[in-house]
Amino acid sequence: MTPPESPPLPPPDGSAGLSAEGVSKRFGAVQALTDVTLTFPPGQVTALMGENGAGKSTLLRVLTGDHRPTGGRVLLDGRPLDLNSPQDARRAGIRIIPQEPEIIPHVPVAENVYAGALPRTRLRRLDRAGLHRRIVADLRRLGFDKVLDPTLLGSQLTAAQRQLVEIMRALTGAVPPRAIAFDEPTSSLSEHEVEALFALIARLRDEGIAVIYVSHRMKEIFRLADRIAVLRDGRVAGVVRADATGEGELVRLMVGRDLSSLFVRQQVATDRVVLDVQGLDTDDVHGIDLRVRAGEVVALAGLIGAGRSELALALAGDAPIRSGTVTLNGEVLRLRNPGDAIAAGIGLAPEERKAQALFLHRTIRDNTSLVSLGRLSRWRFVRRRQEKDLAQEYADRLRVRAPSVEAEVRTLSGGNQQKVVLARWLARRPDLLILDEPTRGVDIGAKAEIYQIIADLARAGTAVLVISSELPEVLGLADRVVVMQNGRTTGELTREQATEEAVLALAMADDLATTAPAQTGETQ
Amino acid sequence: MTTATPPTAPAPDAGAVNPRSGGPRALLAAIGGQNLSLIGALVAVVALFGWLNPNFAGWDNIQVIAEAVTISGLLAVVQTVVIICGGLDISVGSQAGLASVTSAMVFTSTGANPYLGIGAALAIGAGIGLFNGVVIVYGRVNPTIATLAGLAAYKGVAQLVSDGRAQGYVLDDPVFVFLSRGRIAGLPTMVWLLVLTALAVHALLTYTDIGRNIYAIGGNDTAARLAGINLNKYLIAAYALSGTVAALAGVLLTARTGSGQPVSGSEGLELQSITAAALGGCALKGGKGGIGGTLLAVALLGALQNGLTVENINSFWQNVAQGALLVVAVVIQQRRNRDRAIGLPA
Repeated sequence: MTPPESPPLPPPDGSAGLSAEGVSKRFGAVQALTDVTLTFPPGQVTALMGENGAGKSTLLRVLTGDHRPTGGRVLLDGRPLDLNSPQDARRAGIRIIPQEPEIIPHVPVAENVYAGALPRTRLRRLDRAGLHRRIVADLRRLGFDKVLDPTLLGSQLTAAQRQLVEIMRALTGAVPPRAIAFDEPTSSLSEHEVEALFALIARLRDEGIAVIYVSHRMKEIFRLADRIAVLRDGRVAGVVRADATGEGELVRLMVGRDLSSLFVRQQVATDRVVLDVQGLDTDDVHGIDLRVRAGEVVALAGLIGAGRSELALALAGDAPIRSGTVTLNGEVLRLRNPGDAIAAGIGLAPEERKAQALFLHRTIRDNTSLVSLGRLSRWRFVRRRQEKDLAQEYADRLRVRAPSVEAEVRTLSGGNQQKVVLARWLARRPDLLILDEPTRGVDIGAKAEIYQIIADLARAGTAVLVISSELPEVLGLADRVVVMQNGRTTGELTREQATEEAVLALAMADDLATTAPAQTGETQ
Repeated sequence: MTTATPPTAPAPDAGAVNPRSGGPRALLAAIGGQNLSLIGALVAVVALFGWLNPNFAGWDNIQVIAEAVTISGLLAVVQTVVIICGGLDISVGSQAGLASVTSAMVFTSTGANPYLGIGAALAIGAGIGLFNGVVIVYGRVNPTIATLAGLAAYKGVAQLVSDGRAQGYVLDDPVFVFLSRGRIAGLPTMVWLLVLTALAVHALLTYTDIGRNIYAIGGNDTAARLAGINLNKYLIAAYALSGTVAALAGVLLTARTGSGQPVSGSEGLELQSITAAALGGCALKGGKGGIGGTLLAVALLGALQNGLTVENINSFWQNVAQGALLVVAVVIQQRRNRDRAIGLPA
């Protein structure tokens, strides 16, 4: 709706390269991409940036044939492509290096690289000699012969070697590559592996391939990219030249939007500490200190993979606690399983509501009453009248839009499904409610309603811990923001201190530390 | 919300349309589509064989059918519970065989004490079921594989202890005679046992929090775990229940044939019970199904088998029919789920 507030586009090099033209993609009620027009010119590295959920992955999937756009088209050198599958894109010369390499564990590197197109003898048996000749030649041509032994099994490879296998898949094959997308390739690589990858990417660029590079890491992007395209809310927020911009501008492009009108501003936090976590260590998070008071909304911010959901699961009793204490209302908890956490008064609305919370083929009533069945039962028999009244009461309060509480949850929209998850916990009346990405995949109207529900909970004295990857949501909801990176808390900001730049700086603290003096909040 | 909503009124924003607005449509909805097709198939089978042989639909033959399906019906009822949890128990037939041998041998060796015989059989069944559950949950063995192993092993144990022969003779004993030929209020004792077991399990599944949790575990085990349900306890208990009821079926087998049977009469019961559960609407990946559908499927299978026998059709064909029905039932189910036909089914 608003025109992109971008500086003038660098002149496009004719129509060469891979481009998206007016691409839109809708999943059910969710508009993931809106009218995206971007060109990835040959011989250049174009970085693709954006917040979590801005549409980067969806755009990559459209470009590589995994999703069909609901509007617009994909062009290569100005010719429209009809991509019905990743195979179609591959045949057109478009390749993607996925974030998580897909490796077949019990076959050797050579067969992993050419999987699906293995050389065969006339009798359709595997041509082992031919395979070996081919992999040796390809390894030498790409300069991987020192680092990748073709006889190793998939299960024996390091993270970097697994990535190399994916890269080899992309660079070999009948059709030479024209465009290659790297989706956060460095997340599992060590420093010198990163160097090798960058050298390879530079070579690909010099060979005239259009390189798309998705990453959160500013340092890498400024080293590698010629151009930077920023997505926000599924739209192009701007395309800038890497040598004519700075971190500040990129951050503004990534977050610059105004959702504040949706938030209910109030501060009802009391002094009574409900949750007190001291030195919590699990397999995924380390040395966590965290306090949430009655009536307080604390947001956990950070990038995907920072360990926020893992912390939530640990507090909900679903991850073994190695050391440290979790105290609720002054009582030290022994959290062996989620049942312990629920009994103590902790509720968790998890990140993946369909996979982790909902029973899609059961009714709203069943889904709502599940953690309150003990209270609703006598002699283990569920008192149906009370159960139905309870489900109806919360469906009304949260304004779940459904023909009746007997409707199956799978028939509801994402926002209403999320409200059913919330209804389940509200009906249980926990002292601490943890909401992991409560508005993901939810339309804007339901978002506002969920914000209102959170405000009401706080007013009723519940301690609320919200995990969100959307910065405006973090800033709009939270009385206090705790930022995590790599399984640790990197800082804490009061409502007044919390700006998008300050949160992002803490979320990317390790990456920024070497390039710019980072803003720091007071660390607890 | 208790007043009936007129059909033309727009649904209020968050209001509930009263599901108990009555009428034939509500009745049909309560029965469910799957069960309606089963009833239709049952009517068709009865009409076909009744037309071929007027005695088929008579009261006497119906009782014969009911008695014939009791044993497989009991197993189908507990198989339903196990499948709703997301598991499978292929070893029920072998468990029944072992329980049958146990009941007769303990009966004989304790000086013809029927209660000790029956008690020992039930205890063995519960123990084996518990063992199955522990192997699956703590040994992390896939339920199909674990109980497939059990299918072979428990049958072997039954053959070992019995030397592969029928054991003892129990029909001198009034308790066993009562089980096999007795009647209560005009119905055979065996049929009563099936009806009571089915009612108890139905009540458990439908009206208690235990039942809700069972459906939850099969429907989405991660969500069930995060809702605080102790999955291990429920799964092990489901297998223990399966073993206990399989043992009851084994005792009835002893009573019917007069002696403990290691293999004959129990072989193939796993197939029948799984077919009945699948045909009755249990989703094999768990979370869906019910005793009503399973019992209808048991009746359908029993009527079909009896009809084919009455019409003197080679019993080998019955195996073919049984296998075909199981596959057809699952195909229909998967079509309804709109499972995409790529690779192995979920």
